[in-house]
Amino acid sequence: MMSRKGNTVMKLRTMNRHLRESFRSLTRNGWMSFASISAVTVSLVLVAMFLIVMFNLNKIAGDVENDVEVKVYLDQSTTAAQQNQLEERLKGIADVQSVSFVSRKEGLNSLLDSLGTDSNQFQDLQRENPLPNAFVLKTNQPEQTIQVASEARNLPNVADVRYGKGTVERLFKFVNIMRNVGIVLILGLLFTSVFLIANTIKLTIVARRREIEIMKLCGATNAFVRWPYFIEGLLMGILGSLIPVTLVIVVYHFAYYNLSSNLSQMFIRLIPFQTMVTNLSLLLVGIGALIGVWGSVSSVRKFLKI
Amino acid sequence: MQRNRERLDRICLARSNSIKKYRGNNSNMDNMILMQNVWKAYPNGVMALNGVDLSVKKGEFVYVVGPSGAGKSTFIKMIYRELKPTRGKIFVNNKNIANLKNRQVPYLRRKIGVVFQDFKLLPKLTVYENVAFALEVIEEHPSQIKKRVMEVLDLVGLKHKLRSFPDQLSGGEQQRVSIARSICNRPPVLIADEPTGNLDPETSWQIMDVFRRINEQGTTVVMATHNKDIVNHIRHRVIALEGGMVVRDEQEGEYGYEA
Ligand SMILES: Nc1ncnc2c1ncn2[C@@H]1O[C@H](COP(=O)(O)OP(=O)(O)O)[C@@H](O)[C@H]1O
Ligand SMILES: [Mg+2]
Repeated sequence: MMSRKGNTVMKLRTMNRHLRESFRSLTRNGWMSFASISAVTVSLVLVAMFLIVMFNLNKIAGDVENDVEVKVYLDQSTTAAQQNQLEERLKGIADVQSVSFVSRKEGLNSLLDSLGTDSNQFQDLQRENPLPNAFVLKTNQPEQTIQVASEARNLPNVADVRYGKGTVERLFKFVNIMRNVGIVLILGLLFTSVFLIANTIKLTIVARRREIEIMKLCGATNAFVRWPYFIEGLLMGILGSLIPVTLVIVVYHFAYYNLSSNLSQMFIRLIPFQTMVTNLSLLLVGIGALIGVWGSVSSVRKFLKI
Repeated sequence: MQRNRERLDRICLARSNSIKKYRGNNSNMDNMILMQNVWKAYPNGVMALNGVDLSVKKGEFVYVVGPSGAGKSTFIKMIYRELKPTRGKIFVNNKNIANLKNRQVPYLRRKIGVVFQDFKLLPKLTVYENVAFALEVIEEHPSQIKKRVMEVLDLVGLKHKLRSFPDQLSGGEQQRVSIARSICNRPPVLIADEPTGNLDPETSWQIMDVFRRINEQGTTVVMATHNKDIVNHIRHRVIALEGGMVVRDEQEGEYGYEA
């Protein structure tokens, strides 16, 4: 993209020069470079922490969203005939997609499963199962669970009806607000970093504007002038993302391995460590690189008009 | 009134002279620079050039003179496309550069050497590095660079100072470095905007000697200047600009202004 037609393979010697120039500029303006890199670091740390929370909330919301079940618990005294009759009536309710029977034993097993391996403490439950038989209704949309639940409640032999209640809606509202606030926050932070990098590079350019002027008078192409700044921005962005990436690994390691067993008791499953760390790290390095390149390339433009 | 009429007469004369010159040519191919009806309006509305018509032959040495604000620098900047004409055509080496694409400008500049009043040297580079810089940024081969830099430093008489830094040199020496840099890519034309403007008379003569040698090697030289002594003693073609118009164009002309 940066070289002339018919000369697309840049000479190795030239690339060498650009690299040397960008490193030199990065170290020569040490404190300014440090300030810019820190700005990227700070923004990316905040972005990273926000994204960890956001991604997980999104996943949890998604899990709940898929949870379009209404559990209908039966009276202990329900006879087989009454049970069949109830099943028919439940199937007759509008928006009900499927009805399946879960015996009290199955119910207990799946409960114990979802609590994970650490279920020895529930051993005595096996002997004295408190759960009743139940029907599990599925609806097409989470919203429909409310209507379906209220209709099921009025049927005979129904002891209790359980569903997500308002939590689904409330969670979605919360996630949406978080998402919007977060996007504004992230954009603000990222623009600030772009601005800071642009300013640093502008300073280095002002110091070198005579050099650029001479280059252009000697017939250097804009691409040739731009490359070192492009590399410098890229380096600053990537360097700025190193600490955030490390922090993501440490923080998520802690969060995932220490909190998830507690959270799983509330039926909440976090995004797996490996997935989160890989994706978020790539994303952060990518954002860092983008900020750096954007900041540097945008600030060099003005000085090329000679 | 009287002065204005005289001026107008001179303008008309110059125009008809230059038109005659075109007709006298069988071929335009030996033009280094050809301007046809070139106008330049700055964004603030100042008309710096008002319909300039002229040609400079290959190998010629031309002075561009005129009072301050006459449009000399604008004229020079037009040739290496620091500025685009508002109207008209400018041929450099028989290529119209008036509507040259921005990405093509670097390749035009590689064919034009430019020298300025303020030298434009990089203070942190040595004499050698300052000259080599011009070849490095156009990705010339390193072995070529070394050879050529020594050649041009020899030409301007500064081979013995190649390790000095600009602030260790006199003004005249600095200007010679800048001239060496401008010609190291062997451009067919060298343009200079008041190259002796910052130098004392003695040094100015040395600079003119360098220009003479470069011109003798076949390079076309166009030099905007205020230096009356030089123009009157080293006779070359003189193009006088006033108010953005060519008011005089004489072979072996005089400076024609006081000081
Ligand atoms: N960048 C500019 N913007 C506006 N007006 C300019 C600019 N440069 C020069 N001028 C005007 O154009 C006219 C010609 O200027 P210039 O070419 O520099 O003259 P010279 O070099 O002969 O002194 C002057 O009136 C000057 O004020
Ligand atoms: Mg001038």
